[in-house]
Amino acid sequence: MSTATTSPATSPAAIPATRLLLRAGLLTLLALGGTFLLDPYRNYQLATAAGIFAAVAGLTLLVGLTGQLSLGHAVLMAAGGYGYALTATRVADALAGSGAADGVAGLLLPLLAGVVGALVASGALGVLLGLAAARLRGPYLAGLTLALVIALPSVAGTVPALAGAQGVSAPFVPVPDALAALIAVEQWHAWLAILLTSCAVTPLVALRSGRAGLRMRAVHDDETAARLAGIDPGRVKAGAFVASALAAGLGGAVLAVVTQQVSPGAYGLGFSLLLVVAAVVGGLGSLGGAAVGAVLVTLLPWLVDQATGALPADLGHRLQGNLEIALFGVVVIVVMVLRPGGLARLVRGRSRNTSLSTNTER
Amino acid sequence: MERLVFLLSTGLARGAVLALFALSLVIVYRAARAVNFAQAAMAVVPVYVALAVTSAGGSFWLGLAVALAVGALLGAVVERGLLRLVPQETPLPGIIVAVGLVMVLQAGLAMVFGPDHRPVHAPFSQRPFDVGGVSVLSPYDLFVLVVAAVVMGGLALLFSRTSLGLRLRAAAFAPETSRLLGVRVPRMVTLGWMLSSATAALAALLLVPTGLGLDPHAADVLFVNAFAAAVVGGLDSPVGALVAGLAVGVLVTLVTGYASAAAAPLAVLVLLTAVLLVRPHGLFATREARTA
Repeated sequence: MSTATTSPATSPAAIPATRLLLRAGLLTLLALGGTFLLDPYRNYQLATAAGIFAAVAGLTLLVGLTGQLSLGHAVLMAAGGYGYALTATRVADALAGSGAADGVAGLLLPLLAGVVGALVASGALGVLLGLAAARLRGPYLAGLTLALVIALPSVAGTVPALAGAQGVSAPFVPVPDALAALIAVEQWHAWLAILLTSCAVTPLVALRSGRAGLRMRAVHDDETAARLAGIDPGRVKAGAFVASALAAGLGGAVLAVVTQQVSPGAYGLGFSLLLVVAAVVGGLGSLGGAAVGAVLVTLLPWLVDQATGALPADLGHRLQGNLEIALFGVVVIVVMVLRPGGLARLVRGRSRNTSLSTNTER
Repeated sequence: MERLVFLLSTGLARGAVLALFALSLVIVYRAARAVNFAQAAMAVVPVYVALAVTSAGGSFWLGLAVALAVGALLGAVVERGLLRLVPQETPLPGIIVAVGLVMVLQAGLAMVFGPDHRPVHAPFSQRPFDVGGVSVLSPYDLFVLVVAAVVMGGLALLFSRTSLGLRLRAAAFAPETSRLLGVRVPRMVTLGWMLSSATAALAALLLVPTGLGLDPHAADVLFVNAFAAAVVGGLDSPVGALVAGLAVGVLVTLVTGYASAAAAPLAVLVLLTAVLLVRPHGLFATREARTA
């Protein structure tokens, strides 16, 4: 969206590091506190939405700032999920073997090791794809990532460690004893999801508002001009892809913590396209929009399921799982045709329009 | 050895379908400088219509004709009604609209016709001929090869020997100049889309009897394989699409036959990655043609 990225409204000045961290910490605390208002099922949905948000944030940054479209971010999430599940299981087993599985260390070590595993796995895949992204433009990268999504079940079936269609299970993370009296397990998982997601999104905010974001915009708007200004477009594109992949990997780790399961079926083409939907609806390049989009793709299918459950069995069976996809498709088309900036543009557009009208009156 | 002959001959028939679909991608790329990511979903819709016609008592041939007409109509509707509404300077908006269209079409088909596989019978026997103790092509495979050859020959004649073909090519390569010379460029773009989606519908119709049956996702893998073939051949080159389509078809069949069906998407992914990294402009296209 070259129009979106060149407009002054979407190129914010660099945010000072302390203010950024303060803002991130505040939002995270707010979200953590918010979990007290939700029942366990809502907290489960919140945790899922948080995981999706991390991936969509990475995707929206990639598409909005560098103009590269990945249709395969579900695979990067899956890489993170597998990385988390395999590493956390290993570490948990090793701790249980040495008799150190009790206490806070026994709880946190597998989790932290799993997160590192998720970052390594998704980062490695991100580097590989980033190398391709550095050389490819437009439809080629989209096609390559699409082929990757289609090949994911084959990869899972071919690599013995990934255990085929059944997938691998991730260790259950129980509520620490100190908190057990206070919160339920769903709320605890929502806390973990929020913390991990803020770790994924905060660097993206810094990246977006800092020099790196400026370079990405420069490469997107005019590659030749960027090259003349001493920017290496290949490196910028590859870097953006890796950053995006790491965020998606953390998102995959969040989903692995919440569902305790990683299987290729959960990260198919449909889910991958949903991530694109969330990014487009929220507004490409907007991280706040990504949050709204992630909540939307988590809640709408559930709402539609509730609505179709009341219908006659045959009709309900036909609509189930399809109606929301069709709705999302329509929304994506309408957004691209009428409001290419998505929700973010809608909110920001109003203030922009008023400032424009004052200019013309003058 | 017998197995190899059988797999090679079957691979050629699968490759012919792939080449047709890859050719449809090339046609639309040449006409509109865009890869149509909704091609698979758009190709399945006419197949559903053809199946409805056939099961309502119409012959296979009537179904085929209806499928081609519906495919062409769908191409025109999508180009005029959707893609013309978004900016064309960068490929991104068009691809995202195509993604939305895929979701609408596939979910819509599943809602209207139900999500299950529908068995589709081939108009000819699928039992292979026996040549000197070696089983080779089936009558249906032969039919596929003949149809593919006729259609490709026809398209080649259309593009290279007719006035319409000349206008189509001119509109694709030098839109401004051809506009000045009186070619109605927007109409040519729409025609390109119609030719492309009719060809894709034909490929999907030929594919379906050889697979599990018809469902909204029946052509998804065909799209990925054909995209790989089109990229290997160079997105601009019809000859490249033909050769690479046959080659990818043989590759997929050999991998499926000697390793497993699950390994085939991996082989295609590796091929696509290798070609994109080593020779991103494809094996048949010129470098200049690709930058547009």
